[in-house]
Formats: sequence, C-alpha cells, structure tokens
Amino acid sequence: MKIGLFIPCYVDQFYPQAGIATLELLEKLGCEVGYPPDQTCCGQPMANAGFARWTGACDANFLHNFEGYDYIVSPSGSCILHLKEHLPVPAALAAEHAHREATLPGESAAKAAGTLFELCEFLIDVLKINQLDSSFPHRVGLHVSCHGQRMLGLSSMSEQVGESFSKPRALLQMVRGLELVELDRPDECCGFGGTFCVTEEAVSVKMGKDRVADHLSKKVEYITGGDMSCLMHLEGILKRQGSGVRVMHLAEILNFGTRI
Amino acid sequence: MHATLAETFNLDESRVDWHDGALWFVRQKRDRAASQVPEWESLRDLASQIKNHTLARLDTYLLELEEKAQQNGIRVHWAADAEEHNRIILGIMQEHGFRKMVKSKSMLTEECHLNPFLEKNGIEVIDTDLGERIVQLRHEPPSHIVLPAIHLKKQEVGDTFHEHLGTEAGASDPQYLTEAARQHLREKFIAADLAITGVNFAVAETGGFVVCTNEGNADMGAHLARVHIACMGFEKVIPKAEHLGVFLRLLARSATGQPITTYSSHFQKPRAGQEMHLVIVDNGRSAQLGRSEFRNSLKCIRCGACINTCPVYRRSGGHSYHNAVSGPIGIILAPNLDMKKNADLPFASTLCGSCTNVCPVKIDIHDQIWRWRQTVTAAGYSGFFKRLGIKAMQMVLSNPRLYRFAGKTGRLVLRFFPFLLKNGLNPWYKNREMPEVPGMSFGEWHRKNRTKQEAS
Repeated sequence: MKIGLFIPCYVDQFYPQAGIATLELLEKLGCEVGYPPDQTCCGQPMANAGFARWTGACDANFLHNFEGYDYIVSPSGSCILHLKEHLPVPAALAAEHAHREATLPGESAAKAAGTLFELCEFLIDVLKINQLDSSFPHRVGLHVSCHGQRMLGLSSMSEQVGESFSKPRALLQMVRGLELVELDRPDECCGFGGTFCVTEEAVSVKMGKDRVADHLSKKVEYITGGDMSCLMHLEGILKRQGSGVRVMHLAEILNFGTRI
Repeated sequence: MHATLAETFNLDESRVDWHDGALWFVRQKRDRAASQVPEWESLRDLASQIKNHTLARLDTYLLELEEKAQQNGIRVHWAADAEEHNRIILGIMQEHGFRKMVKSKSMLTEECHLNPFLEKNGIEVIDTDLGERIVQLRHEPPSHIVLPAIHLKKQEVGDTFHEHLGTEAGASDPQYLTEAARQHLREKFIAADLAITGVNFAVAETGGFVVCTNEGNADMGAHLARVHIACMGFEKVIPKAEHLGVFLRLLARSATGQPITTYSSHFQKPRAGQEMHLVIVDNGRSAQLGRSEFRNSLKCIRCGACINTCPVYRRSGGHSYHNAVSGPIGIILAPNLDMKKNADLPFASTLCGSCTNVCPVKIDIHDQIWRWRQTVTAAGYSGFFKRLGIKAMQMVLSNPRLYRFAGKTGRLVLRFFPFLLKNGLNPWYKNREMPEVPGMSFGEWHRKNRTKQEAS
C-alpha cells in the first residue's frame, strides 16, 4: 500500500511539525509513505474566494504529483474535503463558467477523489487501528473542525438526530494519560473560515474568542484538532490573550511518545 | 456591506454575547424538540422530497390551487413582482374606500416593501405580530424572519412603548409590556377594515391555506375584518392536505423548539359576508427556479432554524444582512433579487454547514453559498484588487518552483492571506498574534531527512 502524503501549504510553511508527526505516525503504523516534492496547495483558497474557475492549473499540479498512489492522506479535513468536492470542478459549475482557463484530466481527477483520506478517517477506516502506543498526560480540548465533521462525516453532529460517534475522539481515547474535556458547544465553528478570517475580521475574532473561552473554562492545557487552520486562528487569539494554553495538531498528540 | 455592519454590531461585545446566547437558547430548544422525534431525519427527507416534487410540477399545482380556491369563493390574483403585488393590495383597499388595515407576519410583504408603499398612499398599516409591531414603532426592519425583534432588549422595548403607547417610563416587565401591546392592538383590530396575512402552506387539492402564528393575531385580524387578503410567494404551494402532517411537525420544532405552533389556522373559504383574496407572487422566484444550482432554495418553509444556528448571524445581527430575509437563507435568496447589492452576502459565512444540518427541508444551504460566491465573482462583482490577489495566488500555487521560492524568501506564501505584516493594516494582527515562522518548511525538512535516505 503506497501512500502519498499531502501536506497543505500553510502546514508546510508554518506548522511543519504537524506534517512530520503525520509522516512519522503513518510510518510507525507500517505504511510506505511518499511525499511528492512538487505539491503545493489544494486550491481551496481561490475557490472559496469565488474563483474556482481559476484553480485548473493548481488542480492539474496536484493530480500530476499524486498520480499512482493507492491512497492520498492529509492532516487536514478541510483540504481533503475541497479536493473531494471540487477535483475536478463540478460539471454544472464548469458549464456555467465556460471561460475557465484550464481543463482538467477528468478521469484521473475522479480516480484521485476516491483515494483521498483525512488522517483520522484513514487511521480508523482504512488502517482500522484500535490501539496506539502513545502517551500524552494532559488535559486536552478537542476543537471539531466543521469541514471534517459536517462534510466528511468524521463525527456525529449536534444538529442531527442519531447515534453519536467521533473518529478523532476515538483516536484520542487511545492515548495514555490523555484527559479529554467536554465542551459546552462541542461543534461550533471557530470562525477561521479561510479569507473570512480577514474579510470579516470582527465576527471571526469574536467567534474565535468564544471558542477559546469554552476551552479555557474547562481548564485545558492543550487545544487539539484535525485542522491546523482553525488551530492557527485559535492560537493567535490565545497568544494575544497571553494564555499559556497551546494548540497542537491531533497527529502530534497521536505521535507523542510513540515508540517504534 | 455585511462586514462593516457586523463590525459596528461587535463594538458592544456584551451585547453580542447576549444576542448569541438568546439565539443559542432557541437552537438548543430546537435540538431537544427534534431529538424527541425518532424519525426526525426521515421526516426531513420526506419534506425535502415533497418540496422537490412540487417545484418540479409547480405550474400544475399552482393552477390547481387557483382553480380550487376559486371554487371555494376565494379571489385569486397573480403578481409578477413586488410592485404588482403592492398595487393589487392598494387596489382592493381603494375599491372599498378602506383606509385602515392590520397585517400579521408576512416576510413576503416585507420583501415587497408593502408598508411604505401603502403609507405613501394614505393607508394605515398596523403590524400585529408583537415583535413586528415593536420594530414598526421603531421604524426598523425585522432582524429575523421568525423573531423580528430578537435584536432588542426588554428595556429598549419598554422605552419604545413608553414613547408610543404611553407605558410607564423605565418599565420593562415583559408581562406589563405585552399587556399594553395587547390593549393597543385590540383597538387596531376592531378598527381595521381589512386584514392581511401571510401563507405558510397553500394546499393545491383543497384550495385552502394554512397560517401559523403563536399569538393568534392572524386569526384575530382575519375574523374581524370584512376583507382578508392572504399573500404568498408561489413556492408556498403543497400538493395535498396530508402533507401538512409532515410540514407542521417540522416547522414549529425547527423554528422555536415547540412541538406545534400555537395557532395553525386553516382558511378554506370566506365566511358569509366576507371577501377573501389570495395573491400569488413571483418576484424573482421564476428566475431562481430557472437556476438549477439554486432552485432548491425555493423549498424553504421560513422556519429560521438556519438563522438561529448560524454562528455568524448570532454575532453580527440580522440587520447586517441588509435584506428582508437575513442569515444563511437570506444569503442564498438575496443575490437572486439583486446580485450587485447583495454580492457581499455569500462571503458573510464560514461555510461551516450547520445551516444545512438543521434545515427541515434539506436545502444544501452552505453549498449554495459557495456556488453564489462563484456566480457573483463571475458576474464581475468583486474588487479589482481581490481579483489581482487571487490571480497572483493561483500563479504561485500552481507553480512548485515559484511556491518553493516564495516560501524560502521568508515563508511568504501566505502573503496572499494578509497574515504577514505586524501592523494595524493587517486585519489578522488586529486581534490575533501571527503564527511563528519555523526554521524550515515541511518540504525542506523532508528533503533533508528523508529524500536522501530514499535516494541511497
């Protein structure tokens, strides 16, 4: 089983430790992991700003890099969701915006979409792991990122009626010594929202402050989650408040103290 | 612009907390009500399918509704747009020489700006829903389709009532204020010549319609006045009376967490001596019906659940959407009415998807918001600098060499999300610290630590 590791651009640039933890964790679990060096971005920043029609070249670069892998795995629910939904850009949209500047190799895109996995779902659904040799003796709050939860279905949602489950939570419960807190609002958006974080600065910050306050009231030492973008936003607020609470990607915790 | 109005709303943080809390309370009530119906999710499916079916055969059902309603003695009018809708209503008033009307909640008449039109023509219009009467006295639009005065605290309502209804200065006891409104409205009900109501559901097979209120104000108006006009957007038609069993169960639970609306009033035909009109309005709905990507927004039953759950709405207030319908559903309806004026709205969302999850008729709201972003930028409603920025971004991100170079020269790739400058011009830095810049990128780390091993 050959795995292509996709490290989103902002993780690559600002949080390499999350990428390293993902790679090490997968290797410790016996996976053969390749990292195509010419990868850049999933294209979401352009698409969510309203310019999906300009992501053709970016998409093509992605497809070119990840050709031939059995699975494409990434420590980001948001980027994986974007690729799954918009690689290639939906036909209806392409037709409406016929002036798109690049056409996609549709077949390889469709093939790639079936092999895309967010890290948690890959660990639970494909590797089917039920134990981890890691320890993290701390009080931790889990920030549930919307795209992973509501669109990839990594966990049940407070709005829906049905059985509750959570893949990220199941993984964290395998970590020795880790104490997971219960939040007042377990799945409210943090307000990052891509360019929303700057175009709607006031609301974005207020949403982030409210999320942080929920975690702080539960006396957490760390806030973790599956998307570094949300955590970057929450980290910026924590630091501005002078808080000692740190953010850490889920992969870093799952990889923490893991012995080979 | 939503962002500017939202920023103003956020100047008073404790008020934002209060607003957020009030709506979150409603959202939690909705969750509890939904969880008491084991078949909740299949009920949503059913409602969605009935609406999809109806939208696909809308012409047939509307004509059936017209025919059956006429057989019942209801006079049916068709209005292509807001102006025609308003003129029809004024015409009926003038035909009878009427000057006074009462109106129960109708977001359609809000959408058509009926009140100012009638007032200009010398007609007294009194909104009889308590929340709507409060905002009407304050010359404000409703901030929420179900809870029109949710942005106001009881003290502010007290001040408004003191000024207009002569309640004691400083009084803010809800029961006292409600009683004052009740007495005031009772006089208006008795004096009114004509009553307007909205329509929650119009039933094609029976030619009747259902109006849901918690205050009974629609009934009070319609039963006292000599003429009753019901106004409906054409998407309010449903095929059969039995479908009400699906929608009425969903509507109140989704809206306020009640098992049923206090008054679900079925109007079938005018009583003896009464005149009943049904005005069926298009006002852009045909255009929306023709947009395959946005068509199913017409499934909306106006419960407001998406508004209550929206984390952005709760922290920006209904008026920040500068449209009769606010919140997520407003975002996907407004650009159809005026794309230029509402081009900012699709960006007033984090695309978190909570709206889609609570929607009782399963409208893919957050996906439509995303698609409206594509549509408004394609129509040219985005700034020159934004287009330039996105162009530059896509250039860097589609060229690995350029990407690595931009990264190396100081982790600059995120310059395109303006994260970089530690100054007041950078909206990120205003209230958040910048991420720390690591010694090397993941790509560089990998080349150093793994690629060589692979090669050897």
